[in-house]
Amino acid sequence: MNSAAHGEDVVRSALAALAPRLRSAARTISGLQRLSGGATQEIWRFDLDTADGSQPLIMRRAPGGDRRSQVAVGLNVEAQLITAARDAGVSAPEVLHVLAPEDGLGQGFIMEFVAGETLGGRIVKAASLAGAGKTLAYSCGQILARIHSIDPGRFPSLEHQTPADLIEQWRTAYRRDSVRRPVFDLAFHELSASCPPPPLKARLVHGDFRNGNLMIGPEGVRAVLDWELAHIGDPMEDLGWLCVNSWRFGRIEKPVGGFGEYGDLYAGYEAAGGPPVNRETATWWEMFGTLRWGVMCAGSLAAFRSVDATVERAMIARRTSETEIDLLRLMAN
Amino acid sequence: MQDQPSPDEILAAIAAFLRDTVIPKSDSHTAFQARVAANAVDLVRRQLEFSTAGEAAELERLQTLLGRAGTLPELNSALAEALASGAKGLSTAGVSEHLRATTLEKLQIDQPNYSGYRNALERPRS
Repeated sequence: MNSAAHGEDVVRSALAALAPRLRSAARTISGLQRLSGGATQEIWRFDLDTADGSQPLIMRRAPGGDRRSQVAVGLNVEAQLITAARDAGVSAPEVLHVLAPEDGLGQGFIMEFVAGETLGGRIVKAASLAGAGKTLAYSCGQILARIHSIDPGRFPSLEHQTPADLIEQWRTAYRRDSVRRPVFDLAFHELSASCPPPPLKARLVHGDFRNGNLMIGPEGVRAVLDWELAHIGDPMEDLGWLCVNSWRFGRIEKPVGGFGEYGDLYAGYEAAGGPPVNRETATWWEMFGTLRWGVMCAGSLAAFRSVDATVERAMIARRTSETEIDLLRLMAN
Repeated sequence: MQDQPSPDEILAAIAAFLRDTVIPKSDSHTAFQARVAANAVDLVRRQLEFSTAGEAAELERLQTLLGRAGTLPELNSALAEALASGAKGLSTAGVSEHLRATTLEKLQIDQPNYSGYRNALERPRS
């Protein structure tokens, strides 16, 4: 791919041409700014200009087409998931447009810009100062119940995974990417021995619902971000992942995202129509999630030595040991 | 004999340069990367200070646990295999103590401020 041909000027003129189709009163765009992104995914912010004023928007795109990682669902499906979540009552940005080939921007979509805080460390601090942690944990439960109410049949391309499938998938990834780690081998053994049966009803699982992927304002959750790991499976997986210690940002005593208690999360979940929470299963998923994050960190070593020789990647590889101490704590309980 | 300053002193100066000079002059993306780089330099300093003693202790524990001699990678893999198969587990004498000690030795270098590490230090035998 010729990166110059997809540079900022090209993006600007393609978006300007697209403007009237985003809102009929729109004439052009301004304030284009690339926010972040790696080699395959980009995030851009811009303003859509009409006679009455301008609306801030976000474009997520894969300029070279959609080179999907092994697990990511793809940007088109992500756009559908965000729309389905909105319809189910989840706070999420409105998706205005899914990119088509004739737009000349690759694959991706354009959505409303939502302002708010996503940095986990700031969120736990602000929640603690404002005494808002209990409410936040309760509303995370409500949001997850709404996500889990979405008919999984609408997303036939998503993978369907039982707890036992996931153990095997991650054990394979561990053995492929990492030197042997006694704590991980022990954890895989213990998780296999206590593996829950497949859920009575498989649900749409967000797959990465955690502090850091939530856009928060003073009034609560404004948007649920990063749907690329969505799949069909056990809804308790999302409840467990939210409680993994790595997403508590130092507040180990607040199991739900570093801001709330298990009971608040479960109460919100059941009050909003989620299936009854089996606490033992939710705890199993917390340990599974800890191990999954550990395998992801350990896998960063191979990425660092091949395609991503950045300091940031090196330091993620060195986060593997944090999951080992968390696994030892969970196994001692 | 090599001249001074020592590697540790030079690395400390690099970390200070990143934090005090580079970060204040950088845009937010570069400042973030520079902060990560300064943290990485600190990690290397801790590893220079601690790792030799830690790995010697780890090897000794592994030899006791497995009842044979070998290199650290060999014995580490052998223990992993025994735990994967269930031949050894948390109820096997010495396993829990070894895993805890080895993990704490890593975190002392990797992330001495990590909440799970601080928590483990406060609970002497969890």
